Amino acid sequence: MIRVRVNGVEYEREVEPRLLLCDFLRENLGLTGTHIGCEHGICGSCTVMVNGYTVRSCLMFAVQANDADVTTVEGLAAGGKLHPLQEAFSEHYGLQCGFCTPGMLFSALELLKETPKPTDHEIREGIAGNICRCTGYYHIVQAVKAAAEQMAQKQT
Amino acid sequence: MKPAAFKYVRVDSVEAALSALEQYGSDAKILAGGQSLVPMMNFRIAQPSVLVDINPVNEIDFIRAENGWLCIGARTRQTTLEKNPDVNQKCPLLAAAVKWIGHPQIRNRGTLGGSLVHGDPTAELALVATLLDARLVIRSTAKSRTVGPADFFDGFMSTRITETEILTEVRYPAAPPGSGYGFHELCIRQGDFAVVAAAVQFTADDVGLCTEARVAVSGAGPKPLRIPAAEKILAGSDASAAVLDAAAACVPAELQPMSDLKGSEAYRREMARIFVRRALADAWSMAREKR
Ligand SMILES: Cc1cc2nc3c(=O)[nH]c(=O)nc-3n(C[C@H](O)[C@H](O)[C@H](O)COP(=O)(O)OP(=O)(O)OC[C@H]3O[C@@H](n4cnc5c(N)ncnc54)[C@H](O)[C@@H]3O)c2cc1C
Ligand code: FES
Ligand code: FES
Repeated sequence: MIRVRVNGVEYEREVEPRLLLCDFLRENLGLTGTHIGCEHGICGSCTVMVNGYTVRSCLMFAVQANDADVTTVEGLAAGGKLHPLQEAFSEHYGLQCGFCTPGMLFSALELLKETPKPTDHEIREGIAGNICRCTGYYHIVQAVKAAAEQMAQKQT
Repeated sequence: MKPAAFKYVRVDSVEAALSALEQYGSDAKILAGGQSLVPMMNFRIAQPSVLVDINPVNEIDFIRAENGWLCIGARTRQTTLEKNPDVNQKCPLLAAAVKWIGHPQIRNRGTLGGSLVHGDPTAELALVATLLDARLVIRSTAKSRTVGPADFFDGFMSTRITETEILTEVRYPAAPPGSGYGFHELCIRQGDFAVVAAAVQFTADDVGLCTEARVAVSGAGPKPLRIPAAEKILAGSDASAAVLDAAAACVPAELQPMSDLKGSEAYRREMARIFVRRALADAWSMAREKR
């Protein structure tokens, strides 16, 4: 039996030890916003936050998230309003098919937490662990930059 | 479900982890960051029947400076190594090299001990441990032993640690005053494992002579290699451009590279020479600046 808080909601579930966190989120909790691509840590599409840090949810077992706080893409928007990063991705064509987007958002979020005013190069480094097959990355970099400005303005 | 079924044992002390290993023997594997083990389990290349999860073992998550050494717990996350002020100050090469490991999401989970025990021949942490001749502290229920890289790294993906032992701590000599380092890595895309990498540490004396030089290369043999022939040329020299050229020139012959998809044997030898040369230049200018 594990107890996990996902996007602020507490869940108690009986799970097999070999159940990966990504499958737990999608299949046991029905939170299909977390995508699964490679299942071995390469593509980044399964990236979520666990206790405030980005992790690959395909490389963690659900049992290891016992007592943890998990944030998935479903938890990014607040009060019916998209997160500034989500707004910026939408505004600047930062996504096409959207498969990579949930993971991209979390990698970008962690980057902006540590580097609120990133250069283009820093943005590219920050999202290097997330593969996108559609956008060619240019628009994602623009979106992250725009979101950084937006978020900085909000703070002042 | 991708991995084969296993029994999950969560422990919160080294003591408890060791007795679990003792109890389950060769069926059990330690689960640290899971960034190498879990991919192998997802592919079912690895099918351990028991996993001993040491993530809650906080006693081996520490960084302490002690009499000229930097002592680091084996379960310390790679992200911590990258950002910790003591590591950046006392062993800056370690912090610089860690940045080359995968991506932030990998380093947030991956641990120092997991990388060393996994024994990937291109692992940055193995290269730094080899270069600095780090001390690895290994414990079993019966005893504790301390070994150097030569007795730990065995060959391709193989390290000398038994199934009832745990790597608990790694000790690095703090960078001496007046020392500088260089680290250069060739990888196909950012975050990939290295094709070849070179690490160098130089120490300069007051008159600008090199008192000690260490040179090591990874990706050019079954484990990272020190290059004593190059070190000999450098020690006591004035580290002029000609001396650095000569030291780098003797690197290719000292290597045992393999050819694979990422590079031929000849390519690796040549890139190792070039990257050692660049690392030497960086290290020497840093050492001189600090003097
Ligand atoms: C996409 C991706 C990219 C990567 N890129 C790089 C890279 O560029 N460079 C690089 O070096 N690595 C890279 N890695 C691997 C990463 O560094 C791993 O974190 C590391 O190799 C293993 O550490 P871990 O803590 O995750 O160990 P685990 O995967 O949990 O364990 C690895 C092995 O070590 C054993 N073990 C772990 N801790 C101990 C201990 N304290 N005592 C005894 N045995 C122990 C385990 O039983 C297992 O056999 C990458 C991984 C991924 C997924
Ligand atoms: S599905 Fe987890 S990194 Fe690709
Ligand atoms: S938008 Fe399709 S993979 Fe990135």
